[in-house]
Amino acid sequence: MQHLYERIDRDPRFHALARRRSLLGWGLSAAVLVAYYAFILAIAFAPGLLAMPLGPDTVLTVGIIAGLAVIVMSVALTGVYVWRANRTFDGLNAAIVGDATRDA
Amino acid sequence: MNKTLLTGAPLIGMGASLGAFANAAGAMAGVNLNAIGMFFVFVIISLGITWWAAGRTKSTSDFYTAGGQISGFQNGLAITGDWCSSAALMGIAALIYSTGFDGLIYSVVPFGAWPLMMFLLADRLRNLGKYTIADIVSLRMARVPIRSLIATAGLAFVIGYLIVQMVGAGTLISNLFGLNYEVAQVIIGVLIVVYVAFGGMIATTYVQLIKAVLLLSGATFITVAVLAKFGFSIDGLYAAAVAKHPTKEAVMQPGGLLPDPINAISCGVMLLFGGAAMPHVLMRFFTVPDAKQARLSVAWAATFIGYFYLLTFFIGYGAVAFVMDDPKFMDEVTGAIRGGPNMAAIHLAEAMGGDLLLGFISAVAFATIVAVVAGLTIAGASAISHDLYANVLRHGQATDAEVVKVSRIAAIGLGALGVALGIAFKDQNIAYLIVLPFTISSTVFFPVLFLAMYWRRLTTTGIITGGWIGLASAIVMLVVGPTIWKDILGNPEPLFPYKYPALFSMAISFGTMVIVSLLDGSERGKREVALFDDQFVRSQTGLGAEGATQH
Repeated sequence: MQHLYERIDRDPRFHALARRRSLLGWGLSAAVLVAYYAFILAIAFAPGLLAMPLGPDTVLTVGIIAGLAVIVMSVALTGVYVWRANRTFDGLNAAIVGDATRDA
Repeated sequence: MNKTLLTGAPLIGMGASLGAFANAAGAMAGVNLNAIGMFFVFVIISLGITWWAAGRTKSTSDFYTAGGQISGFQNGLAITGDWCSSAALMGIAALIYSTGFDGLIYSVVPFGAWPLMMFLLADRLRNLGKYTIADIVSLRMARVPIRSLIATAGLAFVIGYLIVQMVGAGTLISNLFGLNYEVAQVIIGVLIVVYVAFGGMIATTYVQLIKAVLLLSGATFITVAVLAKFGFSIDGLYAAAVAKHPTKEAVMQPGGLLPDPINAISCGVMLLFGGAAMPHVLMRFFTVPDAKQARLSVAWAATFIGYFYLLTFFIGYGAVAFVMDDPKFMDEVTGAIRGGPNMAAIHLAEAMGGDLLLGFISAVAFATIVAVVAGLTIAGASAISHDLYANVLRHGQATDAEVVKVSRIAAIGLGALGVALGIAFKDQNIAYLIVLPFTISSTVFFPVLFLAMYWRRLTTTGIITGGWIGLASAIVMLVVGPTIWKDILGNPEPLFPYKYPALFSMAISFGTMVIVSLLDGSERGKREVALFDDQFVRSQTGLGAEGATQH
C-alpha cells in the first residue's frame, strides 16, 4: 500500500484534484459560516433589523424569513457539494487510483 | 451466539414493559391507552429486528459498523434519528410557545453543523476511520495516549448527554403515559441494553431509522393539520399566533435569549463546531461502504433534519395559536399550561387529531428517547471496548470475540448507569447539562479531528497537551460560570462571566495543540509528521480504507 500512496503522491493530477476539492469545501464552508454568523450577530447586535415586518399587510418579520432562508441555503449547499463530488471528483479519483494500481 | 439468551431477551423486555404497564394502569387514572398501545407495537417490532440483527452480529465490525453495509439513504435516516432527540420536537416547540422567535434560534443555528460536517469532515472521516473517531487520529499518532484522551472525553460526552435524555424521558413519560418515573427509567434502560448488547449497530440503526420515519411523519401530519386550519396561508397562522400570544408582535421578534455578543458568538461556536464533531453521529459514517455513501448519508440527513427544523417553525407557532388560552390544556389550579411548556407540541397534537394523534405523538416521543439513548450507548460502548480495552489495556492483542464480549458488558453497564443517573437526578433542573457534551465536542473532538486530517505538523504531544488542557479548562469554566457557580451553587457572582465557554476552551485547545506540536522536536514527532503524506493520499482517494464485510 505504501508504494501506491507514494506513486499517487507523485501524480500531479492527484494534487490538482485535492486542490479543487479543498477549494470547493473551504468556499462552501466560508459561505455557511458567513450566513450563520450574520444571523447570530444580527440577533446579538441588531435585533431591530430582524424584528422589522416584511410589509404593511403581513405579520411575517425579516427574522422569520432569514431563519427559513438559512436552513434552506444549508440544505442546498450540501446538495451542491455532493453533486460536484459524486459527478466530477469521484470519476477523476477513480482514474488516478486506477492508473496507480495498474502500473504497480 | 447463545440462542436461549437471545430468544429470552425480547421476552424479558416485553415482560418488564407489560408488568410496568399493568402496574401503572392499576395505580393511576391518567393512563394513555392509545399511546401505550402504539408504543407497545414499536417495542415489539424493534425487538423483532433486534432478534434478527443478533443473528448477524458476530464480529467487532458487525457490532460497531453493521459490517459497513448500510446504504447512504438508510444511514441518513438513522443519523436523523440520532440527531433529533425529544428536545428537538418538544423543546423547540416549548421555547417558541413561551418566547416566540428566540425558540427558532434553536432550530436554525444547530443546523449549521451539517453543511460544515459535509464540507470539512465527511469524505476524509470515512476514508480514514474504522469504528471510532480515535481510529482516525491513531493512524499516525501514538495509540495509548490518544485513545485515553478521546475515550475519556467521549465517555464524559456520553454521560452528560445521557443524564439529560434520561431525566427528560422520565418526566415526559410520566406526563404522557401516566407511568411512574422510576418505571419509565427501567423500561428505557432494559430496551436500550437489549437493542445494543444483542443487536449491536444493526439493531440500533433500524431502531433509529424507524423512529426517524415516525417522527418525520408525525411532525408533517401536525404541520399540515395546522396549516389546513388557515387554508394553507402561512401569514394566517402567524397572525393567529400574534393575536393569541401575550407579547403580541414581539413573538415574531428576537428577545433576550443571547444576552451579549460574546455569549452569542461562543454559543454559535459551540453549536456549529461541537455539533459537527459529535462522536455518536460521526461513528455512523463507518457503517456505510465508502466515501460516496458517506456523502449521501450527510446529504439525506441534512435534507431530513432541515425539513424537520422547518416544520418546527409551524408546530411552535401552531401551539401558540391552538393551545394557548384553550382551557382544555390549562391547569385548573395554576392557569398555566398543563404539564409545562414541554407539553405544547403534545397538546397541539391532541388539538389537531384528537386522542389518536395524541397517542401517536406520545409514542413517537418515547421511541425518540429510546433511539437517541441507544445511539449514545453504542458510542460509549465503543469507547470502552475498542479504544480503552482493546487498544489501551490489551495493546491491540485482544481477539475479536473478547472485544465483542466487552462491548456487550459495556452496553449493559452503560444502560444500568443511565437508569441510576436518571433516578439520581430526578426533579432537578438539568437542562444546562446539554452545554457539557457540546462544549466537549467543540473543545476536544473538533480540534483533534480537524488538525489530524488537515495539518501536517500535528504531533501526539501536541494533541494530548492541548486536548487535556482544553478539556480541563472547559469543565472549570462551566463549573465557575453563571449557571453552576451562581444559579445552582448560590454564589453571589460567577468567577467566569460567560454561560458558554466554548469560544475560549476551543481557542485554548487549538492554540496549545499548534504551539506544542511546533515545539515538539522528538523523534516520535518527526515520524508522525512524515506519515502525513500517506494519510493524506488515503484520506483523499479512499485507497486502503476499511471496506464492507461480506457474510
